[in-house]
Amino acid sequence: MNMEILVCVKSVPDTEESEIEVNADGSDIKRDDLVYTINEWDNYAVEEAVELVDEHGGSVTVVTVGDDQCEEVLRREMAMGANHGLLLMDDAFEGSDGKGIANILKAAVEKESYDLIMTGAQSDTGAGQVGGMLAALLDYPYASLVNSIEVMDEKKLKVGREIEGGNQEMNEIDLPCVLSIQTGINEPRYVTIRGIRKVSSVEIPTLGASDLGVSGDSVGTGAARVKRIDYFLPELGKGTEMLGGDTEEIVEKLIGILEAKGGLK
Amino acid sequence: MSRLFAYISHKGGLADDTALELIHAARKIDAAASVTAVITGSGADLDTVCTEMAASYREVWKIDHQALAYPNAEAIRKALANILPADGIVLIGNDTLGMDLGPGLSIKMDSSFAVDVVDFEGTDGSTLRLVRQEYAGQVSTHVDCDISAGAVITVRPGAFRPDESRVADGRVVDKSGDAGDLRVGRRFLEIVEAEVGDIDITRSEVLVSVGRGIGDKENIEIAKELADALGADLCCSRPIVDAKWLEKLRQVGSSGRTVKPKVYMAMGISGSFQHLMGIKGSPFIIAVNKNPRAPVFQVAQVGVVADIIELMPKLTEALRRGSR
Repeated sequence: MNMEILVCVKSVPDTEESEIEVNADGSDIKRDDLVYTINEWDNYAVEEAVELVDEHGGSVTVVTVGDDQCEEVLRREMAMGANHGLLLMDDAFEGSDGKGIANILKAAVEKESYDLIMTGAQSDTGAGQVGGMLAALLDYPYASLVNSIEVMDEKKLKVGREIEGGNQEMNEIDLPCVLSIQTGINEPRYVTIRGIRKVSSVEIPTLGASDLGVSGDSVGTGAARVKRIDYFLPELGKGTEMLGGDTEEIVEKLIGILEAKGGLK
Repeated sequence: MSRLFAYISHKGGLADDTALELIHAARKIDAAASVTAVITGSGADLDTVCTEMAASYREVWKIDHQALAYPNAEAIRKALANILPADGIVLIGNDTLGMDLGPGLSIKMDSSFAVDVVDFEGTDGSTLRLVRQEYAGQVSTHVDCDISAGAVITVRPGAFRPDESRVADGRVVDKSGDAGDLRVGRRFLEIVEAEVGDIDITRSEVLVSVGRGIGDKENIEIAKELADALGADLCCSRPIVDAKWLEKLRQVGSSGRTVKPKVYMAMGISGSFQHLMGIKGSPFIIAVNKNPRAPVFQVAQVGVVADIIELMPKLTEALRRGSR
């Protein structure tokens, strides 16, 4: 069988490279020094798609909603083995909430024919909403937190969902469907500079609202019914004692605490 | 104010802990609210849960259907969209079922959707102000949610204390007849239980737990040595298992094991809520992290801002010296 797979990805601040801080008036996080990278969950989704196509044939398209800066993330995923990139970009898309993003992606899905659509299980905002919304808009079956995929036949997959307690819930799901992918489902391959160079000149098509037939009242700030007002720092625990001093002092204090709290045997 | 509903998840005839937390969450949205519990399932287990919930909720809507015997979010979503009023505000625990159910339900009900809410700060007309977190808990945000056409809101487990107040006149209303066609494109097959191994961290009294801050597979040994010097067991957070540096059965968190030690040393663990959900019994938490804003410092009793790769060997050495 040939599987046409669409993977929806997002460019996010790399939280391993930098700490997330709030700007002076709380209107945004400090973005100046942030390095952007592929959302970790999405990277697992792309790896899974590439492995499925390696085994069963077909092709992988990576799509993102964003600005031209996001092209870099698409190229990174193409270097992993995705065949095509697709950038959905329009001023009208700015300020979209989760449903707005899902509306844009739905329009892109309907322009082509895909057997399987994947997203990461969550991203920087911790919402994990776009995949489930997209499935509902398309009237496709959906499974979230997927940590295993097996092709049963041309019409269905067997997917495992990660549920509480480390257990796995096995399901049979009809194609076409939408899956949100959990980390740990595979071991994403490394991307080499040479790999990125190989795809550096591949043209990535850009589609805007009119190309997609997306009406302005279903996307963007105007359509958003859920709006972030500000950012602020969570309070540190009220009872948290922060230990200071040089390493030796800290070690000594820690041993004292461990002794007192029954941490030493 | 629209009518408020709490979706009750349950297993083996027992309601989830979130069942009573949702009452408190609903009261924070509207202090005068009468909240209706909505429970899907099948047979005797469902009846047991409905009776139990009628002691806490004044009204319980029971939806009994063979297709709902296992909590398949695809079927539950259809039933709820058919039964709940379009402008209702639906609260759901943000667990693996809520994540599966919520986003699509908001589309089918044409409602606003808010995820993993940790607090509510009141309403202004048809706008509900709520608090949630981004970047794995590193920053919080205020969010305005338009509830004029209803809302689906998932609530973080444990963020609201359970409402233990009882009602004397709670009644169960059978809504099964309104569930509609529940045929779906995803069918539950089976549960594959987590593997059991020779290490059982759920019984450990002292745990050294490592997270992303360990940096490299080779450094796991440094944490092992500390655990040995303490007579503790070694466990970890999710990224360490994803990277296959430690076995799944050492993972603490909602998708791993639930531990209840006396002392929990969180080393290089940022402290996502999914990880913290795996720590029960109020242990004494010592957290070491390079990032002073790591959410783990919101729950630790003692915190150290340091690189664990430098601190752990020094601590191990001092412990070994002390025991000689």
